[in-house]
Amino acid sequence: MTTVAMTVNGKAVSVDSEDRALLVEVLREKLNLTGTHVGCDTSQCGACVVLVDGVAVKSCTMLAAQADGSTVETIESLAKNGELHPMQVAFNENHGLQCGFCTPGMIMTAVDMVRRRGKTLDDTTIRHELEGNICRCTGYVNIVKAIKAGAARM
Amino acid sequence: MHETRYHRPSSLDEAAKILSASADGRYLSGGQTLIPTMKHRLAEPTDLIDLTRLAELKGISESGGALTIGAATTHAEVASSDAVRKAIPALAALAGKIGDPAVRHKGTIGGSIANNDPGADYPAAALGLGATIHTSKRAIAADDFFKGMFTTALEDGEIVTKVSFPIPTKAAYEKFHNAASRYALTGVFVAVTKGGDVRVAVTGAGASGVFRAGGIEAALSSTFAADAIGGVAIDSSDLLSDIHGSADYRANLIKVMAERAVAAIA
Ligand SMILES: Cc1cc2nc3c(=O)[nH]c(=O)nc-3n(C[C@H](O)[C@H](O)[C@H](O)COP(=O)(O)OP(=O)(O)OC[C@H]3O[C@@H](n4cnc5c(N)ncnc54)[C@H](O)[C@@H]3O)c2cc1C
Ligand code: FES
Ligand code: FES
Repeated sequence: MTTVAMTVNGKAVSVDSEDRALLVEVLREKLNLTGTHVGCDTSQCGACVVLVDGVAVKSCTMLAAQADGSTVETIESLAKNGELHPMQVAFNENHGLQCGFCTPGMIMTAVDMVRRRGKTLDDTTIRHELEGNICRCTGYVNIVKAIKAGAARM
Repeated sequence: MHETRYHRPSSLDEAAKILSASADGRYLSGGQTLIPTMKHRLAEPTDLIDLTRLAELKGISESGGALTIGAATTHAEVASSDAVRKAIPALAALAGKIGDPAVRHKGTIGGSIANNDPGADYPAAALGLGATIHTSKRAIAADDFFKGMFTTALEDGEIVTKVSFPIPTKAAYEKFHNAASRYALTGVFVAVTKGGDVRVAVTGAGASGVFRAGGIEAALSSTFAADAIGGVAIDSSDLLSDIHGSADYRANLIKVMAERAVAAIA
């Protein structure tokens, strides 16, 4: 057992967890932040993407213990005072989701993308940046559209 | 995943001590190979010793005609480093093509070199540029470091601390991605050293991991042009054959990737 102290979505938290616990397990099972999804067992799908110390990581491929002392942002951090984040609005308006399972990871990856690459993103850049995020439903066209629109508004 | 104990040492010495005191410990860097392996129960270390916060493994610097990168430097840091982009742009570009953004934010050069996956990108750069791999015990030439699939010259407990790349006159890397995993189905690193030697390293294709393509090196040494490669015979008997591509397909890819790399810099 380790005590992991992190700042999650702006709040200081301290959780007792097994050393082998993945960050995604602690987020979902101990902190009830179930917006972060698990879509695969092979570190490939990106449904679990959260921001750790400001950058996108796969929370299924990181131990919670590795995040001790870190700042974590999940999909739940984006909406403020009942208002959706511009990237969430853009996914809604552009029909950037169907079942929605991949969406939290897509949106956190999109937020990371804008922070690193700026608000003006072309389709090629967006598609390359999405190489670690898999969607079973949409065919990506509307996801790319949504990210382009959301980025411009961030 | 099996149970394990996580440690965060504050020095190289402490890291080595924890490892030698553990029943079956492993160093942990970015975890982008080790954690998936543990999730599949293909590795079950009793202890994980996190190297990523050690100051000794950090930093990128240039001196004496070589670019030195600390083992705990992430792929994203290498890809976006002004020093790397200026000294060896092919290396920055290679780092930027590893996996995806989230993998690049965690995965490290030291972890990649130590792991020596047959489809990994950094081993091609290390061998192609004739790098020196510095460890907690010694310095090892890349030509002596990679010993076959997932096998290196590292001894038990030995830690990769940094990798020094001699700055070449020119270099380029061309990778044919496995569309699903993003690893190299075949990747070819071509470099012309300051001394005028041509070095060509191939990843993704060899049944024993990364290797130098002597035939292509010889052809390019006499004429450094893409069309010098067409006539080189590649022996496919030592190449990988799997559901992603046969040995003959990979033999052809080696030439095509080498031609593209040379065309980019000739
Ligand atoms: C979805 C996905 C896609 C990927 N695509 C690619 C790709 O296209 N190309 C590519 O090259 N790689 C790819 N990778 C692998 C990635 O680059 C890993 O980051 C890398 O192989 C291992 O580095 P790490 O820092 O994560 O090491 P870890 O996973 O932490 O460790 C790997 C091994 O090295 C040992 N080790 C770690 N650091 C040291 C050290 N300093 N000294 C001695 N031993 C050490 C560990 O004990 C372990 O055995 C991919 C990974 C994923 C999950
Ligand atoms: S659940 Fe993390 S990458 Fe699929
Ligand atoms: S919307 Fe269903 S997986 Fe992407």
